[in-house]
Amino acid sequence: MADQPTPLERFIQGILPENPVYRQLLGLCPTLAVTNSMKAAVTMAAAVAFVLLCANMVTSLIRNLLKPHLRIVVFTLTIATFVTIADRLLAAYMYQMSKTLGPYIPLIIVNCLIICRCEVCASKQPVFTAISDAAGQSLGYGLALASVAGVREILGTGMFFGFRVLPATWPDWAVMVLPPGAFITLGLLLGAVNWYSGRGAK
Amino acid sequence: MAETDKDPAEKKNRFQNNYILQAWLCISLALIFGISLAAVQAALGPVIIENKLNETKEKVPELLLGGEAADKMAASKQAFKITPRSIAVEKNGIKKFYSVFEARFEDGRLGGWVTKVDGQGYADKIELLLGLDPSIETITGLFILDQKETPGLGNKIIETKWRGQFAGKSTRDHLKVVKGGAKVANEIDAVTGATISSDSVVTIINKTITDLRQPLKDAGRMKKE
Repeated sequence: MADQPTPLERFIQGILPENPVYRQLLGLCPTLAVTNSMKAAVTMAAAVAFVLLCANMVTSLIRNLLKPHLRIVVFTLTIATFVTIADRLLAAYMYQMSKTLGPYIPLIIVNCLIICRCEVCASKQPVFTAISDAAGQSLGYGLALASVAGVREILGTGMFFGFRVLPATWPDWAVMVLPPGAFITLGLLLGAVNWYSGRGAK
Repeated sequence: MAETDKDPAEKKNRFQNNYILQAWLCISLALIFGISLAAVQAALGPVIIENKLNETKEKVPELLLGGEAADKMAASKQAFKITPRSIAVEKNGIKKFYSVFEARFEDGRLGGWVTKVDGQGYADKIELLLGLDPSIETITGLFILDQKETPGLGNKIIETKWRGQFAGKSTRDHLKVVKGGAKVANEIDAVTGATISSDSVVTIINKTITDLRQPLKDAGRMKKE
């Protein structure tokens, strides 16, 4: 197992070198759907982080018991359980936010990012590595969501986290908070990240 | 039987290939997870129901008096006394229970009724609150609690602009959905591109009013005596 990445490597790779959104292009549905305000994006990222951490932990603990052809079933079962818990917690303690996010919280179950981390890391490496992998990936995912949401909220409403940052004369670009704004923003940001990392490689 | 039992190696092989035995991890995890989810639901379920009830109660002043008057009422630190009631309506031999909130001013005067009803929408169940004046003559307001209509089209039914049309409508005639601008008193302008969603809401409202008109009038009178 010498060629497996160490916990620290896993953590760092999650943030930018293997960023779930910008590098792996995973979990794009929530990235597009709930990023019209920072609050929604941060809550979404926190929910994903919770599920990813728990799922990675459980998967790593039972990794020696997994049968290859039944592993995906076990992953999905684990993920679905923690997503349901996250969904109920939000509905109980952040009721308005849970209404805003609507079906996108239950849809974390099919977020490929989590099943990918279970498959790539947690089912092969010890618990500590799995936890730091989850932490790194969640952080990377959170940053990616926040970057898209930040651009959209500022340009679309002139506000950031609900506080006004642009002068009141700013003509709110309504398109930015609507679905097309999500595609435009993500496209441009992806391009920028690719251009930046491509430039560094030369 | 004799054939399958003769070779111990084959027997062991069959044992290992048994579907149920292979799935032991899935089955036991499913049980553990199921129990923990039941526990979570038992702990959080009441809180979630409470949240929904509070949301309903918060909406009552706006639904009965309209936005401005409701703000004025809140500013003068007055509030409705809200009593949740369940009203049974018997139709075709089947009893149906309506969840109704009775709102009274602080001096005991009946302020109106808010009823929580649901019905089939275009995508999924639409759950809404309908405000009615004390005599069930006019609709005082409409609020959509829960819906999963098409984003961008059907979900416009939650917007104040659309649901505002309902305030002040008489309950005497059934409401009707029309396209391209309502002209007559009992007409409701459909959401562009979402006639089915609009129709669903209006159907739910019409049915509710038909069912509840008499029971609510009786309930209001009973309290007065």
